[in-house]
Amino acid sequence: MTETLAIQTPHVGHASEPSAASGSAPQHSVVFDVRDLVVHYGAFTAVREVDLKIHPNEITAFIGPSGCGKSTVLRCFNRMNDTIKGARVEGTVNYRGVDLYGANVSATQVRKHVGMVFQKPNPVPKSIYENVAYGPRLAGLRNKGELDAIVEASLRGAALWDDVKDRLKSSALGLSGGQQQRLCIGRALAVQPDVILMDEPCSALDPIATARIEDLMQELKAKNTIIIVTHSMQQAARVSDRTAFFTTEVNEANDRRTGVLVEYDRTDRMFANPSDARTEAYVTGRFG
Amino acid sequence: MTSVMDQTSSPAPVPSNELLEDLVGVSGRRRTKNAVMTGLMFASVAIIAIVLGFVLVTVISKGWGIVHTKFPHWFTDDIPPTARRVGPGMKAAIVGTIVTTLTATVIAVPLGIAGAVYLNEYGKRNVFARLLRFLTGVMAGVPSIVMGLFIYVFWVLPRHQEGLTGLAGAFALACLMLPIVVRATEEMLKLVPQNLRDASYALGATRSRTTLTVVIPKASAGIISGCLLAVARASGETAPLIFTVSVGASAVHKTNWNVFSGPNTALSLQIYANAKETLASAQDRGWGAALTLIALAFLFTLVARVMSARLSKKTQ
Repeated sequence: MTETLAIQTPHVGHASEPSAASGSAPQHSVVFDVRDLVVHYGAFTAVREVDLKIHPNEITAFIGPSGCGKSTVLRCFNRMNDTIKGARVEGTVNYRGVDLYGANVSATQVRKHVGMVFQKPNPVPKSIYENVAYGPRLAGLRNKGELDAIVEASLRGAALWDDVKDRLKSSALGLSGGQQQRLCIGRALAVQPDVILMDEPCSALDPIATARIEDLMQELKAKNTIIIVTHSMQQAARVSDRTAFFTTEVNEANDRRTGVLVEYDRTDRMFANPSDARTEAYVTGRFG
Repeated sequence: MTSVMDQTSSPAPVPSNELLEDLVGVSGRRRTKNAVMTGLMFASVAIIAIVLGFVLVTVISKGWGIVHTKFPHWFTDDIPPTARRVGPGMKAAIVGTIVTTLTATVIAVPLGIAGAVYLNEYGKRNVFARLLRFLTGVMAGVPSIVMGLFIYVFWVLPRHQEGLTGLAGAFALACLMLPIVVRATEEMLKLVPQNLRDASYALGATRSRTTLTVVIPKASAGIISGCLLAVARASGETAPLIFTVSVGASAVHKTNWNVFSGPNTALSLQIYANAKETLASAQDRGWGAALTLIALAFLFTLVARVMSARLSKKTQ
C-alpha cells in the first residue's frame, strides 16, 4: 500500500487510527479503500457516497436500519452485486492496491480472496465433505489426501470438526442451523480467503449458536479480516473493532430512500461517544 | 386462571354467553360446509378412479388372453403377416416402440435440458429468451399429426422409400417431447433457490460451473420425472408415426432393431391398424398391443418415480 493517511470525508470519524486489536499489521495498511461508492439497482440508488477503509485483522461491523445499504456495500467487496441484474457500481473499491472494478479484474477470482457467509445458512445439497471440498475442487485440486487435509483443517477452523468428523459423507442438510452456518464458514475458509464477509450470519440462529459464531470470529481475526453486517447493535458492540453506521435519507423530490454512511469509527468510541446525532439516536435505541 | 399460584385457590371460571357464542357458535355451519366440500372432493376422486379402473379392467380382460396364450410368443414372435391369422406375436411393434422412443429421448432430452438451462440461467428475461419461451409454448400446442407431417415433408419425402425409418419417427416424437422437457426442466430450475447459486458464486465458481455442480443436481429429481413423463407420452403417440416409420400402420410385421434404415412399426400403430379390422384375430392382437403399451408406460412411470425419489432423498 502506498498512501493511506487519507482525507476523511467530514461525516466520517477518525477511522484511520490503528485499533488496539490489530496485532502485527503495519500501522497504516488497509485491506479495502472505498471511495465515492454509489450503487444503483436500475433507476434506484441504493447507497451513495460511501468512503471508508477496512483495516486488516480487524472485525468491522456495518449497522443501521433496514434498507440503509449496508448489505449492498458488503456485496461490493466480493462483487456479488454482479449477480444481481441491473446493479451498477460507481466509485472505486480498492483491494490491497487493486481496483476491484477495474477493467480486467475477474469477479470469480476476487471471490477466492474475499469469501462470504450469508444470512441464511446455504449448504449446497451435497455431503458435509463435498461442501467444504467444493472451493478447493474449483481451484483444480484433485488429490484425495490434500482435500482430506483441507476439509479437516477448515472444519476445525470453523469449530465444527468434532461435531461432524464421523459423518462427513452424510448430507449437510441434516445439520442444525448453527452447524450449517459453521459449515458455511468452514467452506469459505477452505479456499484460504484473505477477507470474510458476513451478511447477518447469526440472524437465523439461536443465542447459543450465535455465541459460538462470535467466538469463532474472534479466532479467525488472527488470520483474516472480517466485515460483518448485523441488525444487532449488541452484537456489533461485542465483536467488532470498528463500526460503520448507515442510515437512509429520503429524497424529498421523489420520496425514494437512499442509504448513506453516517459515521465510521472505533466501536468503543462509536457506542460511548458518537459524533453524529443520528448515530447517537440509533445506538441508544431511540430510532431504528 | 391467571397464574400458577392461583390454580389451587380460585374456582374454574364460568364462560360468558358471548364468549361461548364467539368461540363455538359458528362451528355447526362450518361443520356442514366441511362435510359438503369433503364429499365433493371425494366424489371427484371416485369418478377419476372409476374411469381409470374401467379402462384398465377392459384392456386387461380383453388383452390378457393373447398375451398369455403360448406365453412368451407374444414377446418373441413377429406379427402375423395377415390379419386373418390367429395368435400371438407383437415383437416387431414392441421393439419398434422401444427403439424409436429411445432414439427420440436421446435427441430431445439433452436438447431440451440445454434449452431450459439457457432460458433460466442465461437468457432469463431477455428478448431472445422470451421469444424462445413463446415458441416453446406454441410448439407444445401443435397437434402431434402436424409434427408427423412436418417430418414427412422435410425428412422422409426427400429420401423417398429410404426415408421411412425409426429415425424419422424418432424425429417426430422428439419434436413432441422437446417442449415438454423444456417446460418441465425450466420449472424445476426456477425452484432452485438463489442462495444456493450465491453459495457457489461466493466460492469463486463461474456460472457454468455453478449450473453443472449445484443447480442441475439440485433440480435433477424433478427434471428426471419431467423427462420420463415426456417419454411416456411419446411412447403412446400414433399420429406422428403414421407417415414416418412406414407407409400406413400395418405395413411392417418383421422386427427391425435398426432405427437408421428400413421401415418400422410401433405398438400404437398396431393398436390403430388392428382395431380397424373386423376380424376377431386382429382385434385380439389390438387389445394385446394396448395392454402391452399401458404396461410399458406404467413401467416408465414407475422407474421415474423410483429414480426421482432416490435423487430427492439425496438433495432435499
